[in-house]
Amino acid sequence: MNAPEFELQTLGAVELRIPARAEWVAVARLAAAAVASRMRFSVDEIDDIKLAIAEACTSCIQRSEGVENIDIRWDALPAELRITVVGDGRGPKLESVKNGSDDKVGGLGVFLIRALMDTVEYEVDPERGPRLVMSKSVQP
Amino acid sequence: MDIKVNVRESEGDAYVVDLSGEIDVYTSPKVKDAITELIDQGHYNLVINLEKVRYIDSTGLGVLIGGLKRVREHGGSVNLVCTNPQIKKIFDITGLVKIFGIFDDEQSAMKALV
Repeated sequence: MNAPEFELQTLGAVELRIPARAEWVAVARLAAAAVASRMRFSVDEIDDIKLAIAEACTSCIQRSEGVENIDIRWDALPAELRITVVGDGRGPKLESVKNGSDDKVGGLGVFLIRALMDTVEYEVDPERGPRLVMSKSVQP
Repeated sequence: MDIKVNVRESEGDAYVVDLSGEIDVYTSPKVKDAITELIDQGHYNLVINLEKVRYIDSTGLGVLIGGLKRVREHGGSVNLVCTNPQIKKIFDITGLVKIFGIFDDEQSAMKALV
C-alpha cells in the first residue's frame, strides 16, 4: 500500500520554546529537520534550514541582553516554510554595539541565514529581544 | 551531540587536529581550546581534519578563522581536510575557500603546508 501524500495545507504550525543556552540549540536544529522533512525539501535544503535556525538561535543567545527563552514557530504553507525566531530579551548587548561585533562573527551568522534562505527579515529593537522571520520555498 | 578532538604530531613541526561530530555554539569552545593550546605551545603549522565533522556553524568558522589569524602572525598556516559537500558549501558561500587551503585528504593538506 502506498503511503498517503501529505496535503501541505494540513501541516499547519509547529511551535517550540527552548532555553536561550548553547546546549539547547541542537534541539531547535533537530526540530527544524523534522518539520522540513515533512515537506518536499531535499536533503540539502533541510541542511540549509537546520543551519539557518541554529544561526538565528545563536544570534539570540550571543548578541541580545537578558534573553531567557527563544520561541520558534514553523508555519508550513502551501508553497513555503516560514520560520519565526523570537528572543524574549531587552535589546542588543551593549558590548556588541560598542565593538561592532555585529559586523564580525555574529554578522557571519546573519550572512549565512541570508545566503541559505529565500527571504529574511531581522529586527533588533533597542527595547526588546530580537525577532527574525525567514522563509524557504518548496520546489514544485 | 558532541565533538571529539584528537591532536597528534605529524611531519616536521606540523600538528593535525582531528575533529569528529558537530561544531556549533555549544561545542566550538572545546575546538578553540585545542587550537589555542597548540598555538600557545609554539606550533604554527596546523592541519585541521574535518572529514568526520557532520555540521559546522558560524561559531565553528569563527574558531577556525581565529586560529588562522594567530598562526599567520607567526608565519604559520592552517590547512583544512574536508570532503563533506554541505560543509564545503558553507566555506564557499562565506568566501572562506579563498582564505583557507581546503584539501580532500590529509596528505595533500600536509604537503601544502611546507
